[in-house]
Amino acid sequence: MSIVELRNVTYQYPFSERPALEGIDLRIDEGEFVAVIGPNGAGKSSLCYTVSGFIPHFFKGELQGSVVVGGVETRQSTLAECVRRAGLAFQNPFNQISGAKYTVFEEIAFGLENLGVPREEMRARVERMLERAGIADLAGRSPYALSGGQQQRVALASILVMEPQVLVLDEPTSQMDPIGTREVFGMIKELAGRGLTVLMVEHKVEWVAAFADRVVALDGGHVIAQGRPEEVLTDPLLAERNFGLSRYTLAARAALQAGLWPAGRRLPVTLEEAVEGFKAAAA
Amino acid sequence: MTDIRVKDLHHVYPGGVAALQGISLEIRSGEQVGIVGQNGAGKTTLVKHFNGLLQPTRGEVWVDELDTRKVSVAKLAARVGYVFQNPDEQLFCKTVGEEVAFGPRNLGFAPEKAEALCKEALELTEIGDRAGANPYDLSPTWRKMVALASILSMDTPVVIFDEPTTGQDPASVARIARVVAALRAKGKTVITITHDIDFCAENFARVIALSQGRVLLDGPAAEVLGQAETLAQTYVEPPQLTRLGQRLGLKRTILTQEDLLAELGKKQ
Repeated sequence: MSIVELRNVTYQYPFSERPALEGIDLRIDEGEFVAVIGPNGAGKSSLCYTVSGFIPHFFKGELQGSVVVGGVETRQSTLAECVRRAGLAFQNPFNQISGAKYTVFEEIAFGLENLGVPREEMRARVERMLERAGIADLAGRSPYALSGGQQQRVALASILVMEPQVLVLDEPTSQMDPIGTREVFGMIKELAGRGLTVLMVEHKVEWVAAFADRVVALDGGHVIAQGRPEEVLTDPLLAERNFGLSRYTLAARAALQAGLWPAGRRLPVTLEEAVEGFKAAAA
Repeated sequence: MTDIRVKDLHHVYPGGVAALQGISLEIRSGEQVGIVGQNGAGKTTLVKHFNGLLQPTRGEVWVDELDTRKVSVAKLAARVGYVFQNPDEQLFCKTVGEEVAFGPRNLGFAPEKAEALCKEALELTEIGDRAGANPYDLSPTWRKMVALASILSMDTPVVIFDEPTTGQDPASVARIARVVAALRAKGKTVITITHDIDFCAENFARVIALSQGRVLLDGPAAEVLGQAETLAQTYVEPPQLTRLGQRLGLKRTILTQEDLLAELGKKQ
């Protein structure tokens, strides 16, 4: 059953000359992990804002079409209600951290305070979340005295702790080290396996290929392709339009030209597929 | 010619976090260095000592004949340019053109020289057509380019980039790689902090891996980036193609697509 449903959605920011999103149709099922890829300016962040209700409640401008999250039209709800259903972790964690709290622990508790969660329950949930996000050792530090990657973990934890039905992530690992990225993808995948619905904007296609259930390719405010990662990420249309492809895909494409990749074999998106293909070519 | 020498550098932040715990290294004029390591390893703390933004708690940092403990940040600014990780912490002028012109004017360059440097910086970062825009009206991608340009225009012998590719799409990453190549061609020292290990492999000859305030590995990229087990200590994985090469049993450490095709071609 779909938990997010966008029908013919077009949105234009105030004072801008063209729509940021145009005629978007998108359905996301409960527990699905959907990755959104596309060049800068494709409309990825706007899509995040639309699903989480920041459009139209915070960003003005004109929203057309229908956006239904958890059975409710976002336009008919308040922003406070919208973000309880679909929590958004911002692209830049500096912009998300409240500035009202002295420690990471308090920062993660901030959302629960606003929701009026009882003190003991709040404490238990924050402690669980700190462990889960691998930041228990940072609990007493100031959210501002952290590295970018650490701040991103705090930003993610401060949304997840509110237990939204849909988690919307705008490049959540952009400042993280590689193994930290793997851990966060693993954590999100596991949460999706337990029923959390995830919409994630991400440039790191290698990880998208390995973890996402479905990939949506955005360009110029339009969905230009969507489907299984291995189908979308090898679609020649994406290469033409300057999308990022994994080094495996790019290397195999060059190898195909040089006769070093088996003709007719689908290009790889993951390390395993690349290893198999190159071994087959050598055999 | 500008060499950077770091001797037994320690840095403890107010509050007691020991970010650097005894770093010694030398970066020679014209070197292209990638710095990698887990979040909180001390990468940004280290490079902020190169232009005096941070002072050693213990140890010393020299930029040529200048002891960074004794000279002003203003003086070091002529030698070492630093592009912040977050452009919003760096930019303050009303237009892109003013922003890029601020550095060279501040360094006291003659107007003609300053103008030529600004033009070159705007062209290299491909923001010449946006010179009249307010930096904060630009998307984060282009704002990052403004941050780059406003340092490039200062024509410093050393340029430091802190996470230049964060949140950038492939076209923008390719543009940053072209900037690095242009600086390399001019003989400048380029020091880049990055988590994008593939970008690191493709653009930097020397790689330093930091872990918990110490140097874990330091050497040619092919030596450092192949050591999966050691790199894992600092939450770094070898580049995609390096891992592929290892899985295929290739002897040479693969850093680029060209390396891979050459090795595979030899085998057949």
